[in-house]
Amino acid sequence: MINKYRWWELVLIYCGVAVFLTFILAPFLEAFMVSLRPITSIFSIPYRFITDEMSFDSYFSMWSSVPLLWLYMFNSFMIAAAVTFFALLAVIPAAYAFARFEFKGRDGMLTAFLAINMVSGAVLLIPLYKVMQQMGLLNTYFAMITPGVAFSIPTGIWLLRSYLLKIPKELEEAAWADGATRLYTLRRVILPIAMPGIVVVAIATFIGAYAQQFLFALTFNSVNELNPLPVGLFQFFGRQTVVWNELMAASLVGILPVLIVYIFLQRYIVAGLTAGAIKE
Amino acid sequence: MATSTKRTDYFPYLLLIPALVVTLLIVAWPVVETIRLSFTDASLKPTENFVGLENYEKMFARKFPETIFRTFYWMGVSVGLKMIIGIAGAALLNSAIPGRSLFRVLVMPPWIVPIAIGVFIWSWMYNGQFGMISGLLQRFGMIAEPMEFLAYRNSAFFSTIVTDVWIGTPLVTIYLLAAMQGVRSDLLEAAWVDGAGRFYRFRRITLPLIMPAVATMSLLSAIWTFNSFDIIWILTEGGPRNATTTMIIDTYKTAISRFKYGEGSARAVMIVLFLSLFAGFYFLMISRIAKREVGND
Repeated sequence: MINKYRWWELVLIYCGVAVFLTFILAPFLEAFMVSLRPITSIFSIPYRFITDEMSFDSYFSMWSSVPLLWLYMFNSFMIAAAVTFFALLAVIPAAYAFARFEFKGRDGMLTAFLAINMVSGAVLLIPLYKVMQQMGLLNTYFAMITPGVAFSIPTGIWLLRSYLLKIPKELEEAAWADGATRLYTLRRVILPIAMPGIVVVAIATFIGAYAQQFLFALTFNSVNELNPLPVGLFQFFGRQTVVWNELMAASLVGILPVLIVYIFLQRYIVAGLTAGAIKE
Repeated sequence: MATSTKRTDYFPYLLLIPALVVTLLIVAWPVVETIRLSFTDASLKPTENFVGLENYEKMFARKFPETIFRTFYWMGVSVGLKMIIGIAGAALLNSAIPGRSLFRVLVMPPWIVPIAIGVFIWSWMYNGQFGMISGLLQRFGMIAEPMEFLAYRNSAFFSTIVTDVWIGTPLVTIYLLAAMQGVRSDLLEAAWVDGAGRFYRFRRITLPLIMPAVATMSLLSAIWTFNSFDIIWILTEGGPRNATTTMIIDTYKTAISRFKYGEGSARAVMIVLFLSLFAGFYFLMISRIAKREVGND
């Protein structure tokens, strides 16, 4: 058989996988070990992976050190969910237009949308700050949601357009022949069929919006109650004495929900991440 | 669609309105405004005057070429490592071994969790007195005394790269794994029947066939790495002594930390110029690949 390995090949592959996964997962493991140490043995020399008196104490004490932890976690989810919702509202009709209609400037506009992918928010902070200020969005959820929506639209359009191109036109033409309006066709014929593609786009958008909640929140929001998890915890970070065990405990608890969601949805997530870039 | 009317059809434009409004407001207008500001002395004061190319002259007088070089050096090393580790990781995960679906699940976490949270953890690990890396290196006798990784120019430079590689590798790996799974198995089987070894098959069949994916991913990864902000900012804020100040950090420091909007905008314009260069490459590559695929079918 082509896939039969000799024993030494298996050993080599497993060793390779072990090295690779150690690089990927060691930081999480170390964070967990730190969260279990009492603060005195964190600051102990020499470094030891396992120390005496390990306990889950910091998982209880962190709630008084980081009193708003629940709120930060909620905000992170809220912002990512809102970004996903609004991005889809813009992406679905636009992807449909690019996939199905011939119109002047179509290819140019598609290229322009893709070009947005190259620019990062950090470059545009000064004018963006002005935009947010003028629209009265500073220090609101929308100051963090709006940029996220704008920067996730291009990838969304690209992914969903590829998906829509695969749907046969006959279905719409049938609906069309039956006298359905075009908006009705989009809503009642296209949307249901495109649902798997939309789900993939939604998940990819959510993950992106969830992972990148630092810069805009740091710059456009100064209300602590609205902060997403990364900025909420960042405040505890720059201080002279960082309470590392509680910070690590709070970080791990904070990312636990998204990791659980990931385990259940990983099939879709991987599909969303790998689809698109080149293939039609 | 089956509409045969000749007059302009406004429906597709209507469909584009929401996407257009958001991107024009949040991306297009700010780009234009950045270009305008780069020719002014805008700062915290209420008035701004046109100053011509002064900001650009000042910028190049202040070691800007060095920053450009540093940015590309940082990006090059980081992207190179991501691609090498990514190809190796994808090849490993592509092998038909028991447990591979679990291994694939375990690859993604650095990319799923908020970037900043991952960087907090790395910041702790780089700690010289008590951190894991310094501790382990001492234990194995590779360094004699505690090493504060983020305190020296060279080590800070490479430490920020390692963290960037850690965050970027999962996506590269999964993307290349998908490409490898798309390699037709009859090709590999034919080579196997002819007696080609595993490594030979990988080098002469799999690798050439996934090259378009490798090229695309390298370029996308280069763009993201070029734009990388959170990682450096949280770990070093561009220090020590500018050792990790890439163009994006330089722009942020000038504009946001020192309130020199005009000079900061000039730097932002330079970034946009470089990014347009990347974008040009990207579109060239997509159209090349698309053409080749059409030719093959």
